Amino acid sequence: MSSKMQSSNNIAQARRTVQQLRIEANIERIKVSKASADLMHYCNEHAKYDPLLMGIPASENPFKDKKPCTIL
Amino acid sequence: MGEMEQMKKEAEALKTQIEAARKAAHDTDMASAASGVAPAPRVQLKTRRTLKGHLAKIYAMHWCTDNRLMVSASQDGKLLIWDSHTGNKVNAVPLKSSWVMTCAYAPSGNLVASGGLDNMCTVYNLKTPVIKTVKELDAHTGYLSCARFLSDTEILTSSGDTTCALWDLETGKQKTVFLNHVGDCMCLSLSPDMNSFVSGACDSLAKLWDIRDGQCKQTFQGHTSDINAISFYPSANAIITGSDDCTCKMYDIRADQEVICYQDAALNSGVTSLDLSASGRLIFAGYDDFNCNIWDSLKGEKVGELKEKKKSLSWREC
Repeated sequence: MSSKMQSSNNIAQARRTVQQLRIEANIERIKVSKASADLMHYCNEHAKYDPLLMGIPASENPFKDKKPCTIL
Repeated sequence: MGEMEQMKKEAEALKTQIEAARKAAHDTDMASAASGVAPAPRVQLKTRRTLKGHLAKIYAMHWCTDNRLMVSASQDGKLLIWDSHTGNKVNAVPLKSSWVMTCAYAPSGNLVASGGLDNMCTVYNLKTPVIKTVKELDAHTGYLSCARFLSDTEILTSSGDTTCALWDLETGKQKTVFLNHVGDCMCLSLSPDMNSFVSGACDSLAKLWDIRDGQCKQTFQGHTSDINAISFYPSANAIITGSDDCTCKMYDIRADQEVICYQDAALNSGVTSLDLSASGRLIFAGYDDFNCNIWDSLKGEKVGELKEKKKSLSWREC
């Protein structure tokens, strides 16, 4: 690759980097306090639907081994 | 000033601007905010099934959306479809290449996919009388590290060639290529609404992408080594990452920054996989030292362990 091509590749790369940084710099950011509050609220609301957190009644647990039946 | 110099200057100024904006938003961190939250209840986790059948290392697994069937991929050259309720194997798919690194179940349950060192993503139809290969997606120039179906017609892949790609399963061609990482892409996670995804790479960065316009929207830094595992929080406003730097981190998307780090001085093995419980409260992370640690995602505390396997845990799925 000629050095002219190489430097124009480097410039192209630098342009892309700057363009990407512009996109990332321009976003709106919320405060971490608000973000945390929303996450805590979400966890709280959904905790009751989380079997790994709250446990699950045996009757609803598809993985619980069923007791063997005897045919009379 | 030459153009190169000018752009370097602008890049530095933008980076400074981003850091300042993040700092301005950093009025607290997650653990401090959650200090008043009651500790997660201690649940007794019991092993319910041990699925035996693979003959070599299992690299990946993925649940079907019915929460019952799952697919696992092993370097014994097979994908196995399991019924987790009965423990039975439902299907076995022989792979052309046994160097598999990832597998995926389509939301419909009709298709599964696999890929690895063959640099390809192969898609199989489980519903034809005999399981058929429906497409071989061949365009990546590096290994396939992860694949996730959006539907029966679209699939997302991440690759060691540093790119991610969205494929059209009808044509077998890439619709969109996601370019920005400078290291091997190791993992990806689809947002619940499927409009975006996040990727983790060996450049120690996590990136948020818009699926439709192909644009990298945000970059999350903080890890000091490869990110091997990544997952959206169920609320879709945060992501959790696991890295070779032995830590997991939560990044909040709207605050655009790290809000908590899950680490312990006693842990000196890389994180290889992770997943979250249904509410997001618990993080299950698999480490290179063969352990699985359970973290309280809000308080940042370790709340348990799954200590069972004798080999390194390569995948956890809740």
